[in-house]
Amino acid sequence: MSATATTIVNEVPPQAGPRAFLRRLRGGDEIAHLITLIFAAGIILLTSMLVYELWVNSHLSRAKFGWMFFFTKVWDPNFDNFGAAPFIYGTLVTSAVALAIAVPLGLASAIFLSELAPRKVSDVISFLIDLLAAVPSVIYGLLGIFIVVPVMRTTIGPALINTVGNVPYIGALFRGPNYGVGFLTAGIVLAIMVVPFIISVSREVLLTVPREQREAAMALGATRWESTWKVVVPWARTGIMGSVFLALARALGETMAVTMVIGNAPTIAASLLSPGDTIASIIASQFTEATGDLYLSSLIELGLVLFLITFILNGLARILIVTTERGGGRPA
Amino acid sequence: MRKSLLIVSLALGLSALALAQGGTILLNAAGATFPYPIYSKWFDVYHNAHPNVQINYQSIGSGGGIRQLLAGTVDFGASDGPMSDEQLSQAKFKILHFPTVLGAVVPTYNLAGVSGELNFTQKALAGIYLGTITKWNDPEIAKANSGVNLPNADIVVVHRSDGSGTTYIWTDFLGKVSEEWKKKVGNAATSVNWPVGLGGKGNEGVTGLVKQTPNAIGYIELIYAVQNNIPYGKVQNAAGNFVKADLAGVTAAATADAKNIPADFRVSITNPPGPKVYPISSFTWLLIPEQIQDVGKREAIKDFLKWMLTEGQKYNEGLSYSQLPKDVIARETQAISLIK
Repeated sequence: MSATATTIVNEVPPQAGPRAFLRRLRGGDEIAHLITLIFAAGIILLTSMLVYELWVNSHLSRAKFGWMFFFTKVWDPNFDNFGAAPFIYGTLVTSAVALAIAVPLGLASAIFLSELAPRKVSDVISFLIDLLAAVPSVIYGLLGIFIVVPVMRTTIGPALINTVGNVPYIGALFRGPNYGVGFLTAGIVLAIMVVPFIISVSREVLLTVPREQREAAMALGATRWESTWKVVVPWARTGIMGSVFLALARALGETMAVTMVIGNAPTIAASLLSPGDTIASIIASQFTEATGDLYLSSLIELGLVLFLITFILNGLARILIVTTERGGGRPA
Repeated sequence: MRKSLLIVSLALGLSALALAQGGTILLNAAGATFPYPIYSKWFDVYHNAHPNVQINYQSIGSGGGIRQLLAGTVDFGASDGPMSDEQLSQAKFKILHFPTVLGAVVPTYNLAGVSGELNFTQKALAGIYLGTITKWNDPEIAKANSGVNLPNADIVVVHRSDGSGTTYIWTDFLGKVSEEWKKKVGNAATSVNWPVGLGGKGNEGVTGLVKQTPNAIGYIELIYAVQNNIPYGKVQNAAGNFVKADLAGVTAAATADAKNIPADFRVSITNPPGPKVYPISSFTWLLIPEQIQDVGKREAIKDFLKWMLTEGQKYNEGLSYSQLPKDVIARETQAISLIK
């Protein structure tokens, strides 16, 4: 998570020259340098200890199931047979649904707040959005159970089945029994949870785009929208992507709200209306009562898998940012 | 600044030492969540009567309680299911089981137009949870409910998603009444690989799903159903009668089976004989090491157990737990002397 957070910071080129060096010494910068270095090293140490603990404690499960752990579809504590496939699937699907909903919504809101709304309105609304980000996830879960689930079961679900469900290919996503709980519901609740992150961070980034950029675009005859979409947004692209990956990290690891609305049945099904389960949700559900050693070890290995997924997705995010930066946008 | 900190911490350390020397005995315990309300009541009342004994109980779940006991980080544990032979053999010391209260699990459902209590045969419950009975108007359900207009609707099965003592009791019962269940799903456990259904977290999660989903069925603790006025069905017992769960019926179930309870109290009492017993109930246990080195702790635990079996039982029904049968109390009282 920390990796995505750093991507949104704008690098300030260090001031060079002998005068700068002298000032550094006088201001006690060497000490500050040392302290920050220790703290930064602490983060790395913490992360490696986390991985080490997960690795060591998942020993039993890794030894017994090996790579098959990733492909086995069964989760059977009674016969000591464990596999991560349905949980990996559920984690990826719910996060993808969440981003598919939250990114357009969040980006549009951020553009409105930074470019179109009067500054005072924008500040008040952003304050409220920041508050949303602080709401505990169990509250979102309750909202999900009492509002989203019934609406999904009685209105949205049947509507999707009767319309999109009949379309070839895409239709497979919206078929089968509709319980109100499932991948789509979990994705929607996650989207509601992560959208404040996208709005808040993207707005800040858009606000840092120099006014000259907008003025130059307008001077060249661009309309307000053209200057926003073709100049301001591309300039802020790196930061916006950072906000999206911050949202993704939250969606991948969300526990409580997902458990409450996903149906908790480890299934791999094409239909988004089907109940499922995610890695974070099954760990939260079953860790306390896990009695067998292999059972516990498998749950810990699931934690390791989640770490791996987050690691890979963050890596991909970095690559994506590097390649798009090279492609243009903000001048170096 | 640093000096004052040092003084404060020294003072704190000294006062803690003084307290310890004053004879306060602090017992740490951890385990089952199901009996947590009655345990915290007991520990509180007992502490008021014996101010020098303080029992600190963490309701982290039966699995966690067993693990902490085995690791020696707590003085005693608590579990909704008895420890298996394998777990006992892993322990470095001998562990005794002491039943404390009884709990029961009831089926709850949401069927539009059905207001009365439904009767569930043992086969019907097993079939529904195996996924072999899928419609509400299935003959196995209909034959026990003549006069009820059962809809031709798919049954939505709801179970617990979190590991739980409630699931342990429920699967123990299903395994006893259905060979197929035993073969496909296995022994009683706090989590199993469910053949069908949706999972809800906690009693409240299952209740929420059942209430919201038309044609759903779920299982919840009797206490939870009673306290929240949730209607529930009758279940057929071994004698063939349909019984509605209540606190007395649960104690009756344990009494009926009292003779068959082994010396170590590790027993399942689901589906016992007897015409009036409610068949889906179970003990919950305290797990106590047989040998306790610290004399103060040992005497405190023994005294608490005696108190729990006499005075303590009076608090049960106020919190909707069933009392232990007299025979069991008598045998447990004898077993206390095993702690050395």
